[in-house]
Amino acid sequence: MSSTVKKVEGITKESTQQMIDRALEAYPEKGRQKRAPHLAPNDASACSACVKSNRKTVPGVMSARGCAFAGAKGVVWGPIRDMVHVSHGPVGCGWYSWGTRRNLVSGKNGVTNFAMQFTSDFQEKDIVYGGDKKLAVLLKEARELFPLAKGISVLSECPVGLIGDDINAVAKKATTDLDLPVIPCNCEGFRGVSQSLGHHISNDTIRDYLIETREFAEPATPYDIALIGDYNIGGDVWSAKALLEEIGLNVKATWTGDGEMERIAATHRVKLNLIHCYRSMNYMCKVMEEKYGIPFVEFNFFGPTKIKESLRKIAERFDDRIQSNVEKVIAKYDPLMQQVIDTYRPRLEGKKVMLYVGGLRPRHTVSAYEDLGMVVVGSGYEFAHHDDYERTSPEMPDATVIYDDASEHELEQFVDELKPDLIGSGIKEKYVFQKMGLPFRQMHSWDYSGPYHGYQGFPIFARDVDMAVNSPTWKLVKSPF
Amino acid sequence: MRQIAIYGKGGIGKSTTTQNTVAGLAALGKKVMIVGCDPKADSTRLILHAKAQATVMDLVRERGTVEDLELSDVMKVGFGGVKCVESGGPEPGVGCAGRGVITAINFLEEAGAYTPDLDFVFYDVLGDVVCGGFAMPIRENKAEEIYIVVSGEMMAMYAANNIARGILKYATSGKVRLGGLICNSRNTDREADLIEALAKKLGTQMIHFVPRDNQVQRAELRRMTVIEYSGEHKQADEYRALAEKIAANKNLVIPKPLQMEELEELLMEFGIMPDEDETKVGVAEGCPV
Repeated sequence: MSSTVKKVEGITKESTQQMIDRALEAYPEKGRQKRAPHLAPNDASACSACVKSNRKTVPGVMSARGCAFAGAKGVVWGPIRDMVHVSHGPVGCGWYSWGTRRNLVSGKNGVTNFAMQFTSDFQEKDIVYGGDKKLAVLLKEARELFPLAKGISVLSECPVGLIGDDINAVAKKATTDLDLPVIPCNCEGFRGVSQSLGHHISNDTIRDYLIETREFAEPATPYDIALIGDYNIGGDVWSAKALLEEIGLNVKATWTGDGEMERIAATHRVKLNLIHCYRSMNYMCKVMEEKYGIPFVEFNFFGPTKIKESLRKIAERFDDRIQSNVEKVIAKYDPLMQQVIDTYRPRLEGKKVMLYVGGLRPRHTVSAYEDLGMVVVGSGYEFAHHDDYERTSPEMPDATVIYDDASEHELEQFVDELKPDLIGSGIKEKYVFQKMGLPFRQMHSWDYSGPYHGYQGFPIFARDVDMAVNSPTWKLVKSPF
Repeated sequence: MRQIAIYGKGGIGKSTTTQNTVAGLAALGKKVMIVGCDPKADSTRLILHAKAQATVMDLVRERGTVEDLELSDVMKVGFGGVKCVESGGPEPGVGCAGRGVITAINFLEEAGAYTPDLDFVFYDVLGDVVCGGFAMPIRENKAEEIYIVVSGEMMAMYAANNIARGILKYATSGKVRLGGLICNSRNTDREADLIEALAKKLGTQMIHFVPRDNQVQRAELRRMTVIEYSGEHKQADEYRALAEKIAANKNLVIPKPLQMEELEELLMEFGIMPDEDETKVGVAEGCPV
């Protein structure tokens, strides 16, 4: 997207490589060899991935990764609000994936949303005798207790795959018996190297069980689009959807933040798919492109620069009406965004940020920090693939450190050397860095804040970043480290 | 207390041999417990004269959790004061029978089934050691002595050799040893010699040759062991002899499993398997070689 290569004073390919080498010194030979290809200085002009990715985590290091179940329940299926999502297996996986991602939903609980914890709560007897009979009972009970639910997803936890329970057969029978879509998702946690496979498996189940099974009630228009890969963290979907509607598009379905099953099922009728989180939903975008001829556009709604760029890119796909709307909308929000920048930029100018997050944020938020005068000096993903790093390369300043599936030790080492003014990462990293006396924002859940997407989100993002970086608290902390 | 596990190919007669031997030990005045480790739950019927004993896992399923069970619910006392427990488990094709064995044995330990007055605990384990669950009886602090039931049939010997491999694995990490092969005769040619030879190669002994006798089936129809059904019959003497030999056995070894070629050579030597002619491999009957 950016054409100019950004630089950071004092950071060169050599200095970054030396820093990486120092971090690797702590490892035994075998671990060092495995980790080395996952850490590299960015080559911003190459637009190619500089690190190896999507490999098994080196055992013994503290990894921030999740599992396939987390990717399926926590990311793709869980946010669909009008379905019952069953965590099939022992209680813990369901419990700890219940709402922790802050994928907000609208509607009334038990009527138009079902943001509750449904689990088959496996006991010893269910392992020994199989859990399929229990699942059949659960599905029937869920149907009776929540007759307004539009469907049920059955998300397999590890033991289901180990004992070979046939949830697909149970789901098939229940679909007929209950006259309700019951969708089995074989997303056992032990499959794959991270949550990423869970996204893929879930996309495949949407392809196999859901898409094309419903039609929109309203007549089609040339402006029908779907918002893909936005999970409504802290209300992101509501901000993004309002903005897309303001430029004259009809957002027919949201995948899957605050999502509705029947709208997702009818998405094969839209004219264009707009994808925000490429990692978790590119699979279905490609399916819809191949099967129904629906093109997709990647966009970025973090910070005014990228919002503006993205709106114009989206407008290119439509007629003059949308294009003139986009210019009007940009003209309307530009001064408002400038006010935000005028307020916060003087307080944040030149501050350094390090990121270590999930699917899209390590590249998508870079420009939003830059809008505030900040500079991102290191970035990396927990579970990204080659194509994510290709997209990251031009966004990051040249020669800055890129880290894939970073360990706690590596992050600490880089932070120690780069001395950033803010770290944006997850809950597992938060307290490590706060104890080092460093400002931190939890960038998976927006740290109980949000939304951060769109024009609604940027003022909140700017406020939160300022609040973290310039909090007087940090002057009072005497870190022993 | 000596804990003994009986393994062997499916259908070889493990449960029949175990129960008849246990009846022999009981007749010698020994205190014995049988733990059936097979979802079919047929390891105690001859001792209890029962069709099927209520199993640990059946009651767990009925009541909800293992914690809801009492030992008295699942332990029955039969012929000669022999205590009987069945682990139970699912019908074929569902769930995890191996986990059932683990759950049941853990329960027996926690509920205090292993009382100091017991002289012997016998584990009657399903056909092959297919997964970790069926190795539970030979893990640390469980059976340290294993007998493999075998016959002169090729597949039974293959299975015995495979089981010896499993024992080898656990022998190095724990204290489990092979006590011997029990030949449950199928009246094949030179059967006793063959099993003696196999035992020798494995580094163990053929502890007893149990001849084939229809008296065993007659007793089984009454759901009884031969010793209880017809104590004077010559087949009852055989099981008493086996019981006495096991009671007195000190010959416990780490087995030396055979390579496949060695086993096949042995079978060829005894004429069970014809000499291997590579030109005939994969050629159907009647086709020119």
